[in-house]
Amino acid sequence: MDKTEGRRRTFFESGVWIAFWNILVKDMRTYYLKPPNISWGIIFPLAWTGMFFIRTGSSFSSLLSLLPGVVALSILFGTTSLLAVTITFEKKNRSFERLLLAPISLQRLLLAKTSGAILFGVVNAFLPLLMAAFIADLRAVNWAYLLAAVVLIATASTFLGLFIAVAVSEVFEAQTFSNFFRFPMIFLCGLFFPVSKLPPFLRPLSYVLPLTYGADILHGAVNAGNALPLWLDFLVLGTFCLGLFALSLQNVNRRWIK
Amino acid sequence: MLEKISLNSANNDAGSDDIIGVHDLYKCFGPVRAVDGISFSVRVGELFGFLGPNGAGKTTTINLLTGLARPDAGEIFLDGLDVRKSPSAARYLIGVVPDESNLYPELSGFDNLCFCAALYGLKKSERQGRARELLEFFGLSEAAGRKFGDYSKGMKRKLAIAAALIHQPRILFLDEPTTGLDVASARQIRKLIAGLNRTGTTIFLTTHYIEEAERLCQRIAFIVSGRIVRIDSLENLLKPLKGQYSLLISFSEEVREQAELQAKFRSAFPELGFELVNGRELRVRSAQPVAVGPLVRFFEEQGCEILEARRMHPSLEEVFVELTGIEAEQMRKEREKKERANG
Repeated sequence: MDKTEGRRRTFFESGVWIAFWNILVKDMRTYYLKPPNISWGIIFPLAWTGMFFIRTGSSFSSLLSLLPGVVALSILFGTTSLLAVTITFEKKNRSFERLLLAPISLQRLLLAKTSGAILFGVVNAFLPLLMAAFIADLRAVNWAYLLAAVVLIATASTFLGLFIAVAVSEVFEAQTFSNFFRFPMIFLCGLFFPVSKLPPFLRPLSYVLPLTYGADILHGAVNAGNALPLWLDFLVLGTFCLGLFALSLQNVNRRWIK
Repeated sequence: MLEKISLNSANNDAGSDDIIGVHDLYKCFGPVRAVDGISFSVRVGELFGFLGPNGAGKTTTINLLTGLARPDAGEIFLDGLDVRKSPSAARYLIGVVPDESNLYPELSGFDNLCFCAALYGLKKSERQGRARELLEFFGLSEAAGRKFGDYSKGMKRKLAIAAALIHQPRILFLDEPTTGLDVASARQIRKLIAGLNRTGTTIFLTTHYIEEAERLCQRIAFIVSGRIVRIDSLENLLKPLKGQYSLLISFSEEVREQAELQAKFRSAFPELGFELVNGRELRVRSAQPVAVGPLVRFFEEQGCEILEARRMHPSLEEVFVELTGIEAEQMRKEREKKERANG
């Protein structure tokens, strides 16, 4: 067995995880931990919360009803476009091609690329929670459900970003396409007012958007205000995650490895 | 699991000496047949050239061989591994330098190499050691900490080659490695390629620089419109030209009534072979030394002003022109066009 063969065997035994970890770390350093992105995670929930209080004249006691929506938005805005833009950027400058040439499977490569964004989304979610901890009583929060919801929302939003990245070829298209999904979600997914208060013709649309189910779990975890059974929320959100990943994988195979 | 199984099945099916084996490879993009039933093999330690004009199918072939594209039909074996069945295992064997640098502009040269090494599972100390070694070898040690995006074109190409070599691959694919480089950088890159091949690395090189293929490659395949028109060693390709005399006559303007002129030339000099190139140059060949005087007089009588008459050494360019019908001048123009487009 020569040197290359030996190294190759070692690679397929343990090296794939070195590759996985380094892709994740590089993305975190290069994209997600840059000051503009960190500040986005702080400024966005602050601005949204401030706007709400100014507009409604509500007191801080109503913060808990607002918190699930702000957490969900922080994740959605932190992950979807960032992943879509970074992957489109790497595809455009051909550095993504280098990853495709690496000896790791496409599934693992895409998981490595999305893991950084998922982590970033989770961290983003805890920034408004951290701020809320100073002004509201969070003892009634079911943290297990909240954490599960945060991870699932981050995963679904990231995979939505991946789906967008594969569908477009220019960075500006990635932004535009992200907004096409994100902005309707603010109003349709029950973040700040229940889906039941939407006009009846819009409600079916709410139930085909993954964030509706994530937001419902968050409402359940923060103030027991979930409208759907939690098991159904978890099931649908999990299915969205798997479906979006499978679809993106298929699209990468079809469009990028022609 | 598939990756592990395929490793066990690694053997050299393509033949004892062959490290690349390609059989009846086809690839279409819509109605265009980019690769049209090509077959060839590359031997261990060989520097194999793939020569053809733009759009001939060179990059598509590299993409098929490296797994960046999927063939419509045909088989590809790399060191005995079927690329379709074991893509990940096959990718471990190869290093690829694309026609445009694809490293990370925001990372330093050193970090780029370390990251590429990590993609092949090298541990941190190994990664750093190998990166330093390659930076030293390519004369980039001083620029190791600078961002890749700030490198010159020549430095970028060198680092791209270093990145492709980081895991000591068995086969190195180089796609137009000197395109867009200044003369000094191109010469340096060619020296490096020759040096790498001397150390035993098998190199698959695509180029549309005829001189580059002639200078570097041991065997060459001519590809035109997705088809290989000839594969042979440089020696065999040049053999028919040995003992031949060749003259290139340039006219001050394009020759009018070319068919008539050619007919007259044929009857005046029946012992000479000739081709009219681009309507402005005439390539004359003979088994005997060619006397220039009678030719000059002939063309003056025909009203064609001669700008220059040059004796030519037998070269791959002539073989290429004869086999493909594509003029070197046309290749040069395409090359210049591509270089302008690349900035």
